[in-house]
Amino acid sequence: MDGSDLTLLNHRNSNEEPVIALAGNPNTGKSTLFNALTGLHQHTGNWPGKTVLHSRGHYVYQGINYTVVDLPGTYSLIANSIDEEVARDFICFQKPEVTVVVADATCLERNLNLVLQIMEITSQVILAVNLMDEARRKKITIDDKELQRRLGVPVVPMEARQGVGVSELKDTIAQVIDRRIVPHPRLVRYEPDIEDAIALLEPQIIRALGDGISARWLSLRILEGNLDIVKNFLPASLIKEAV
Amino acid sequence: MNIKLPQLRPGQRGIVQEIQGEGLTRRRMLDLGMVPGTLVEVVRRSPLGDPVAYQIRGAVIALRKDEASYINVTTC
Ligand SMILES: Nc1nc2c(ncn2[C@@H]2O[C@H](COP(=O)(O)OP(=O)(O)OP(=O)(O)O)[C@@H](O)[C@H]2O)c(=O)[nH]1
Ligand SMILES: [Mg+2]
Repeated sequence: MDGSDLTLLNHRNSNEEPVIALAGNPNTGKSTLFNALTGLHQHTGNWPGKTVLHSRGHYVYQGINYTVVDLPGTYSLIANSIDEEVARDFICFQKPEVTVVVADATCLERNLNLVLQIMEITSQVILAVNLMDEARRKKITIDDKELQRRLGVPVVPMEARQGVGVSELKDTIAQVIDRRIVPHPRLVRYEPDIEDAIALLEPQIIRALGDGISARWLSLRILEGNLDIVKNFLPASLIKEAV
Repeated sequence: MNIKLPQLRPGQRGIVQEIQGEGLTRRRMLDLGMVPGTLVEVVRRSPLGDPVAYQIRGAVIALRKDEASYINVTTC
């Protein structure tokens, strides 16, 4: 996505239909959930990396139209691959009203890495713990209330293929959008010297780019030496300065 | 025994001891779940021997030999 797209994307106004992004590790049931939400029959398969470009669908809940975007599965948003870049750019630039992170209940731990990364980018996060039927079969129990308390974002247990949890998810999305639920993500605290460096960078990023992007997240990428990511954000600031 | 991950044969398991390399390569390994203490099992090799599929924390992940060489494991 280049600078010219950015201005277009930033101009989406708030009375348009809310956009819900579905993110998550590969093969966690994002496309299945997308179909369950929208009634579309996007092809799903049991191998990773299938959803390459995001597809869009719509649903109506309590009189409101929602747009749903199915993102490719990724383990990270550092943009090691096209899939990660697509997912990251969508969450960073398109700024969906809510990002639903779809996690696999049978290997929740590995899924939480991405959940924590997304929470650093946006606070508008819901965790959908999918494949609860598989977890039950493997005798894994998940304390969703405790998970919700520790993460600070709403957690919805689901079996997307059977449609279980879909109406609970729609309701949670509606509540996050109209602020009846306000997520307060509990962010990772890094070593003191890293936190000190973030504290130095954050105000400068906000001054240069405004508050449209998570300054904490971008600070961390700068500290990591990930200059490719930083370059992606510079055109936006230059455009803003020029206007 | 401390060896590099590509030296494990299909069916063998190892425990991650350390990830060499730095920057994005290291970060990518960590994001895939390769943190010290992680149990890794070799699932299968592709016909040409590279990449190799590993079972890591509940997911099967294919790594090229040059990537997997950054990871030191002990056999178990
Ligand atoms: N048992 C069970 N299987 C599910 C559930 N949800 C999805 N699946 C299955 O999981 C597999 C992967 O589903 P997809 O929806 O393609 O997963 P995805 O996250 O879109 O995958 P990528 O786009 O490749 O990342 C399919 O075989 C689904 O039928 C569920 O709740 N329970
Ligand atoms: Mg998909």
